[in-house]
Amino acid sequence: MELLERFATGDLEAFEVLFRQHQREVYAWIVPIVRDTGIAEDLTVETFWRIYKYRARFRADGNFRAWARRIGTNAALDHLRRARHELPLPEDLSCAAGADPAVCREVRDQIRNAFHQLPAKYRLVATLALVEEESYADIAKAAGISEALVKIRVFRAVRMLRKKLNSLGVEVGLK
Amino acid sequence: MNNDEINKEMKELLKQAIAPVKGTELGRDLWPQMLERLSRQSPSIPWFDWALAALAGAALLFFPGILPALFYHL
Repeated sequence: MELLERFATGDLEAFEVLFRQHQREVYAWIVPIVRDTGIAEDLTVETFWRIYKYRARFRADGNFRAWARRIGTNAALDHLRRARHELPLPEDLSCAAGADPAVCREVRDQIRNAFHQLPAKYRLVATLALVEEESYADIAKAAGISEALVKIRVFRAVRMLRKKLNSLGVEVGLK
Repeated sequence: MNNDEINKEMKELLKQAIAPVKGTELGRDLWPQMLERLSRQSPSIPWFDWALAALAGAALLFFPGILPALFYHL
């Protein structure tokens, strides 16, 4: 019997093989979304737990990689929804040459906070499209939505961010 | 400014504040945690067992007279 067929029938050894084959890839997809390596590890385990739990829904001739990425995206999205009111983690980034470090830090904090306040589904696509520069097609496949909807969500996320940042005095799109 | 220009400007702004983390590698094998998670999984009780228990509970509540018969058969 094929590996995926054995997995679908609940064979733990087949699941272990699939886990070891795909854990790195699932983790690498989740970590840019949640931006915390510890949380990404927990969500990788959560993703495979869901995969094992819903194994009966998997078609043995299907694409396990795409299925795992989609479940991982949903697990990460659930986390973003739960953690919306937590403060974003500070990031150690350098300022442009000649810029006042205090002003630079303040502007960066405002941008990060405004980004963190976006609703989870918008933050997910904005992180992947604008920060990580993933293709709309890959985001659409992973999130289980159409490419057109990804574009709409990116557009709305940018509009919300722009509005928020302009109200805070950070000028975007005013030229 | 059109949408593409605004998107480009927003990308630049975001990159000043949020560093891309694409390419971060997993440092360890997560299989031991996975096994722990699987062992914590509570045994699932089928819905018909719950239905049967509810039925028995309702019967005892509405017809307490069946209790002596039940004890007799136990």
